[in-house]
Amino acid sequence: MEKIIQLFILIPLLGFIISLIIPSQNEKLISLTAFTSVGINFIGFVIFVIYWLFNGFPVLNLKEILIYKTTNYEFLLDFYFDKITVVYLFVGSFLTFLVTIYSRYYLHREHGYKRFFNTILFFYVGYSITVLSGNFETLFLGWEILGISSFLLISFYRERYLPVKNAIKVFSIYRIGDVGILLAMWMSHHLWHENITFLKLNNYELVHEHLQNHSWIGVFISLMILISAAAKSAQFPFSSWLPRAMEGPTPSSAIFYGSLSVHIGVFLLLRTFPFWEYQYSVRVIIGLLGLITAIMGSLTARVQSSVKSQVAYASLAQIGLIFIEVAAGFETLALIHFAGNAFLRTYQLLVSPSVVSYLIREQFYNLTPRVHSSKFALPKRLQYTIYMLSLKEWNLDWFVYQFIWMPIKLVGRKMKFLNFKAALVLFIIILIGAIAALQNESAIPDQVHRFLPELIGLFGLLLVAKSFAERQSVMVSWTLVLMNNIMIALAISFN
Amino acid sequence: MKNNQSNFNEHEVLHELKHFLPAQAPLKDFIHHNTLHSFQNLKFYDALHQAAKIFGFKTTLSLNDYRNLHKKGRIDTEVLERIIEAKKGKAELELWKNKLFKKQFDYQIDSRIGKLKANWKNNYKIDMDALVHPLLFRIVCSYLDQGIAIWNFPIEHKGFLSSIRELERMSYSSIFNSKRVKDLLLDNNCSIEHLLEILVGDETLYAQYLYDQQFAHQGWSGMVSFIEDNPNALLDTKKITLHDFIVFELLLEINALDSQYGNNWKPLKDNLKERPTPLFAPVENTELNEVIMLWQDVYEWTYYDQVLAGVQLGYDNKAPKKAKSFQALFCIDDRECSIRRYVEQNDINCETFGTPGFFGVEFFYQPKNGKFHTKLCPAPVTPKYLIKEINTRGNKEKDVHYSKKSHSLFQGWIISQTLGFSSAFKLAVNIFKPTMSPATTSSFKHMDKFSQLTIENKNINQREGDLQIGFTVDEMVVRVQNLLNSIGLIENFAPLVYLVGHGASSINNTHYAGYDCGACSGRPGSVNARVMSFMANHKKVREILANKGLVIPDTTQFVGALHDTTRDEMEFYDEDLLNETNKMLHEQNKKTFEKSLDENAKERSRRFILTNTKDSAKKVHEAVKLRSVSLFEPRPELNHATNALCIIGQRDLTKYLFLDRRSFLNSYDYKIDLDGTFLTNILKPIGPVCGGINLEYYFSRVDNQKLGAGTKLPHNVMGLIGVANGIDGDLRPGLPSQMIEVHDPIRMLVIVEHYPEIVLKAISQAPETYEWYNNEWMHLVSVNPVTRKLQVFENGQFVPYNPLITKLELAPNLNHLVESTEENFPVFLFNN
Ligand SMILES: [Zn+2]
Repeated sequence: MEKIIQLFILIPLLGFIISLIIPSQNEKLISLTAFTSVGINFIGFVIFVIYWLFNGFPVLNLKEILIYKTTNYEFLLDFYFDKITVVYLFVGSFLTFLVTIYSRYYLHREHGYKRFFNTILFFYVGYSITVLSGNFETLFLGWEILGISSFLLISFYRERYLPVKNAIKVFSIYRIGDVGILLAMWMSHHLWHENITFLKLNNYELVHEHLQNHSWIGVFISLMILISAAAKSAQFPFSSWLPRAMEGPTPSSAIFYGSLSVHIGVFLLLRTFPFWEYQYSVRVIIGLLGLITAIMGSLTARVQSSVKSQVAYASLAQIGLIFIEVAAGFETLALIHFAGNAFLRTYQLLVSPSVVSYLIREQFYNLTPRVHSSKFALPKRLQYTIYMLSLKEWNLDWFVYQFIWMPIKLVGRKMKFLNFKAALVLFIIILIGAIAALQNESAIPDQVHRFLPELIGLFGLLLVAKSFAERQSVMVSWTLVLMNNIMIALAISFN
Repeated sequence: MKNNQSNFNEHEVLHELKHFLPAQAPLKDFIHHNTLHSFQNLKFYDALHQAAKIFGFKTTLSLNDYRNLHKKGRIDTEVLERIIEAKKGKAELELWKNKLFKKQFDYQIDSRIGKLKANWKNNYKIDMDALVHPLLFRIVCSYLDQGIAIWNFPIEHKGFLSSIRELERMSYSSIFNSKRVKDLLLDNNCSIEHLLEILVGDETLYAQYLYDQQFAHQGWSGMVSFIEDNPNALLDTKKITLHDFIVFELLLEINALDSQYGNNWKPLKDNLKERPTPLFAPVENTELNEVIMLWQDVYEWTYYDQVLAGVQLGYDNKAPKKAKSFQALFCIDDRECSIRRYVEQNDINCETFGTPGFFGVEFFYQPKNGKFHTKLCPAPVTPKYLIKEINTRGNKEKDVHYSKKSHSLFQGWIISQTLGFSSAFKLAVNIFKPTMSPATTSSFKHMDKFSQLTIENKNINQREGDLQIGFTVDEMVVRVQNLLNSIGLIENFAPLVYLVGHGASSINNTHYAGYDCGACSGRPGSVNARVMSFMANHKKVREILANKGLVIPDTTQFVGALHDTTRDEMEFYDEDLLNETNKMLHEQNKKTFEKSLDENAKERSRRFILTNTKDSAKKVHEAVKLRSVSLFEPRPELNHATNALCIIGQRDLTKYLFLDRRSFLNSYDYKIDLDGTFLTNILKPIGPVCGGINLEYYFSRVDNQKLGAGTKLPHNVMGLIGVANGIDGDLRPGLPSQMIEVHDPIRMLVIVEHYPEIVLKAISQAPETYEWYNNEWMHLVSVNPVTRKLQVFENGQFVPYNPLITKLELAPNLNHLVESTEENFPVFLFNN
């Protein structure tokens, strides 16, 4: 039964690869590939779920492809299947399926028709990997694909200035999420001395035992997870990227930022829940973060005068509530809430152009003289202040600019000495050296061996910082992240 | 328009600036107009060159486009040679041919706009626009918002700047980071001149700075300027002036500089290395311009030549006039061109006419329970009458998905967990089986079919405000008489005369208002059709008309109808008023219409690639109907795309020409208007309405990024008044690429069937009409009604024109023809 799981990644992957080689004039074949691969996946998945339910919905875990292995370390792709996976994969496949059919007509004759479907399928591959992932490494793989496809869809109209600028903005925030996960991974290796699977996290004794001795590491890991989740789900203080991501064609905005991509943070929390379940301080922090976002988000949504930003803020406010639900341990409620919110916002975004004729007609028949629409009888001064703050998105965009971009820019300027080429050369040297060293691990003197992981890890961090500071080319930035991942794997294998 | 004046005259500069800004109405009133209306006082090509040089617009196709069109055979070599010879002389023919076909040119036009303001970036490394625009747009959009936000701008009716001042004064938070800027605003020390002194410092540069600033976001500036002049363009009216808007932007600019540099910055003039060229300095003509000009002329005349040849060669109907089975009046709209052809084919005894779709009755309309009046006549007219809808049936449906409640926190919590799941269902249903929903814009919703209208005014004191409710008998007589005379329908009345207005249906379409009848201010023409029918059926009206010599037989009845051009459906009004014989005839005619609608849908479908045109007409028609209610269909119909002609004359002039839905058709009989009185009236709206449509399509097509709205797929609705890309983008006036992609950017050719001297007299009556032709924004040709000799209007006079084409192909079976290709067709002749 476990073996079947990987099909739900292979089918979209196959679709994606086929879609790459179809000539771009052949609209019919491109969309056909897209919706058949997504459709088959969806139907196959539904059948599998029924079968799974009849078997008493067991939790499935599949250790799949071994990427790399030493005596004390193995790096492998691992898949996991439980209730959370089912809900996420169902919602994701269903919406992607509908949106591919929708886009088949909607994007007709659009420049970049093929690129659009390539990206949607790529996104879908990434989404499937993420929600089926059984360990951090696999999750990270999907996570990165989501980041890249997001970037590609926001900058879909790449000849215009704003889409590209916003795509880089969003990509950079996603980087924060990456760093969070990387650090969490890094520390969890320290904690477990292995590639911990999500399955093992369910083992209360195991987790409890490890955390008792390293409670600070535990808190650190949880906070890093939280930062990643908050960045990806546009929670406080990262909220302002979400409305700015609405630059691509409406259907892509609808499934990405209305529904799927933006709920991945919630998924991460649900997935790691057993890990921080007993860290009550963390749960309180998650709840508070959700609460702040919910309040700020819904106030900001109230003052938005453009349809898409209104939906975006309303959606992230609901995700704030979902964070609270997760923190409180109401997993099922959170899942229902996720599905409902995803469906609703997708639909609202897809029909957003209709809002003009609909609301104007409403207004034509029902316009009543304006009453003060703020429900709470606040003093005027306070009302105006809240209105103005909401209009300025609680200065969050400015905040991100001031406290994230500026420092990064500074770091970037400081790191000019290390250009990409140099980094690449250094990377290759270290890689070859390290692999050679691993072959003859016993020959390395102990004093050197002890520092190797830290050294390699440090270089990895340098790469991350560099990738962060890289504002010119997304490919370069992403290659740096990839190199960092390999460095981490290396460092771990010296542990 | 001189910039080097020593004194900055704020009033004058703003006045001129407003003139140049886009003049597009908010979405609910999309009305086509010449995008470069501010240049209309110039000759067409001069205007194009100036607009390109000053504002950086692309104003023609590119040289390569023309060369490719020539390669594809869409531009004719013979016409090309003829035009070069006429313009450059025989001797220079080869020289210019070489330039047109081979010579390499440098395309880069170094436009003047933005040059002065660019100095901020050069001198201070500050991207002012990126810092100022998002906040500026968000605040002005919130202020003007028509109903998207749940929490409205808290202060209003004070004017834009005063409201912001009040908000600043009464709030703990501030829009500005700079204390100085806040004080400037609060102390009311913020005249444009004073702020420019801080920012620019040199009076002679002020005007240019303002142009640079406002044209960096011409969408919003144009909208503000339009609303200032037409406050009623918004249902929820707002007080705003371009002056206030500019002051606020200047404040934001100072704020941006202050927060970046504190006191360490100086006015622009201090670091100005060289003065930029004044915007309106003379623009020199280049050789490339000459070449493009020739190409465009050849492009246009390649098509016109076919049409004019067709007009001469077209089958001359000398057959004796038979009794007519029915008569039908359609709008002059190019979309009605083909349906008329099919109706005439399916009943060879019928007769069709074209007239502006408001049928000569101008009024405001108030639907039942409507809180506002809708104007139903051409945009420049201000009616004095009100028609009210009473006694309707049925209710207006609602859709809770548009409810703003889902955006609030706690209701949203409930809604997303309940309604959320029904959205999934609704989405799936709409994708697999699209149907009408409350969100669909349908022309049939404009007026309830079974309602009654207050058309007749029996007591002059029945008024509402300054509007008279309904028309008196005498007022009706004038309108009926004018209508029938203008189209030449004064005898041989058939038992049934249909007045067919038109409208459109669509969903998920922000530009829906641009799809309805232009002659009804962008609304469906159903009410007008019904009102006119009522008038023409009125007993007293007919008596008076008979006394005046216009006899309409008692057996003749007028029937109002509406043609939905998207769905190709028709609805008839007041059918129960028909007498028994006519009821029967009407049933027969309905079948004719139905068949014609199917065939018309099939003809249209050839442009819709995803519809299989080769299916039977009925089947294709179903597919076409489905498009109009599909959320995912960005092209429910193609609207006026490919429009190129306007023909004013008797039906016989073009009845046997296949014009491929490219022509506005206005019926007109020169015989009853020998001195051209009616002609003058007919020609008056042709410029602003048909010319406006044609030029808006032209400019949106040649520069879809700056003069059009770009692709509609990523559009975001701003405050219900416009669309923008993303949430921080400028408003995008003009037409989206989906509406213009199949359009050939050529000017309109107006063909009038009358003697040249009469046509000249008719256009000379009003200077604004004359300007359209004299400045070459439209071409004008007179057809001698007897000899069919052609004369073209050039440089103030008519000169003879002989078409190069002497033979036109006979169209194959129309059915096969429309199945053959999606491209534009040449002109064909056809016989029944
Ligand atoms: Zn019309």
